Amino acid sequence: MDTPQSSRYSCTPVSGAPPCTCTGEATIDREIRSTDSTITFANRLDHFLARWGVNRMGHRVEPGLCRLGNPTPESPVFASANYTLSFDALRSSLAGIDAFILVLDTKGINVWCAAGKGTFGTEELIHRIETTALASIVTHRRIIVPQLGAPGISWMEVLRRSGFRVEFGPVRAADLPEYMKTQTATPAMRTVQFPLRDRIVLIPVELVQVIPWAVVATLIVGFLLNWMIAGQLLTAVLAGTVLFPALLPYIPTKDFSTKGLLLGALVMFPFIWVNMAAGITSWMQAGYAITSLLVFPPITAFLALNFTGATTFTSRTGVRKEIFTYIRVMAGMLVTGTVLAAVLFVVRAGGV
Amino acid sequence: MFNSYEKNTLHLDPARCINCGICQTVCPHAVFASGDKVAVLASPESCMECGACMKNCPVGAITVESGVGCAEAMIRAAITGSKNETCGCGGEGESICCGGTDECR
Repeated sequence: MDTPQSSRYSCTPVSGAPPCTCTGEATIDREIRSTDSTITFANRLDHFLARWGVNRMGHRVEPGLCRLGNPTPESPVFASANYTLSFDALRSSLAGIDAFILVLDTKGINVWCAAGKGTFGTEELIHRIETTALASIVTHRRIIVPQLGAPGISWMEVLRRSGFRVEFGPVRAADLPEYMKTQTATPAMRTVQFPLRDRIVLIPVELVQVIPWAVVATLIVGFLLNWMIAGQLLTAVLAGTVLFPALLPYIPTKDFSTKGLLLGALVMFPFIWVNMAAGITSWMQAGYAITSLLVFPPITAFLALNFTGATTFTSRTGVRKEIFTYIRVMAGMLVTGTVLAAVLFVVRAGGV
Repeated sequence: MFNSYEKNTLHLDPARCINCGICQTVCPHAVFASGDKVAVLASPESCMECGACMKNCPVGAITVESGVGCAEAMIRAAITGSKNETCGCGGEGESICCGGTDECR
C-alpha cells in the first residue's frame, strides 16, 4: 500500500510548484523545489499515520535542495532528513525566515536515528552539497546541521572535503528562531529531554506492534483456560506498552526491567483482590496470588526493556548489562509460575 | 542497586584535549563541561554512547564504543546470530526503536 502522493505533500505544498522528480545520482540536480512553513491537513494526517506505524518507511520527502520563502545567496542553509516529521518540524519552525533546506536521503528515518546509522552522515552531506551545486547557489560556506545529526557528521571531514563549515544548531527545531537571533544555543537547547508528551506519542506505535499478538494470545487463553487469566495477560501487555511509557520517570529504580517488574506486579493486585472475594480457600488464594506475581510481571518487564530503544538516554553498555542480568530472571519467573499454576490446577481438579 | 547505567565506555584523554568545546556543543546530555585548560567530564554517567563527541573531536581525545541502546535490536541480533545491533528502522524489518527522536528535527 504505497502512497507516494501522501508522503510527498510535504515538499510541494506550494500550488503550481513542479512535482518532485528524482534525478540521476551522479549528475548535478539543478532543480530547487519550493516549500513553505504551513502544516496542512494532509501533513497532519501523514504525521498521524506515521505515529501509528502505517506505511512505516513511506513518510518521505524527496532529497535535494528546497527553497523556503524567498532566499537570496546570503540566506542560511539548514540540513534535514527526508522523513516528513523531521522536515515538517524544520520548515514549520522557520516560519518567516527565508532559507534553503538541504534534504539528505536518510531513507525516511529521523535525524538522530539516521545519524546513529550513518545515513544522516558525512558522506551523504558532502554528496548532497556536490549534487545540488550548493557552492554556486549561496555565497557563504556555512550549513546549519541539527545537533542530533552530530553522531553521523564530522565537521572536520565536511570542511576539508566540501569547504562548508558545519554549525550544529539546537536539538529542537522549535528553538531555531531564538538561535538565529542570538547565534548561540543555551544549555537547555543543547540537551535532550524526554517529557510526557514525547513519551505519549510513542504509545501508538508500541501498541500496533504487540496488539495483534496480544489479542490472539488473550483469546486462546480465554477460551482454553478462563477469562480472568486472559484479562491478566492483556493487562500485563497494556501495562508494558501504555502505562510504562507514560509513567517511566515515576517508577522506582533505574533499570527498565525492574521498573517493568514493579509495574507488572502493581497491575496484578486488582485481580488478586477480586479473587480473594471469590470465596475460595485461603491457600488457593495465596497460590493464585503467587502465580499471578510470577507469571505476568515478566511480560510487562520484557516490554519495558524493549522500550529502551525508543528512549533518548539509554546507553548500549547499560542495555546490554540489563539483558544479561534480567532476561534469565524473567524467564525463570515465567517458568516457575507456570509450573506452579499447573500444579495448583491439578490439585484443585483433584477435588480439594 | 538496580542501575545498569552507572558505567559506560566513554573516555576522555586530557593530554590530547585542546579545550575547543565542540564536545559540549554536540553532547545531548551535558556530559562535558569546560575546565581550566581541558574539558572535564561533568556528568559521565549520563552518557548514552551516541558517539557525537568522538566523531567531532578534532584531536581524537575522546573514545567511546558508540551504538544504539536498544534491547530489541540486541536481542534480535543475539537470536539471529547477527552482528548488526542497530535498530531495524532502516527498512530491514520493523522496529519500535528510534520512535523517540521524531521531534528532533
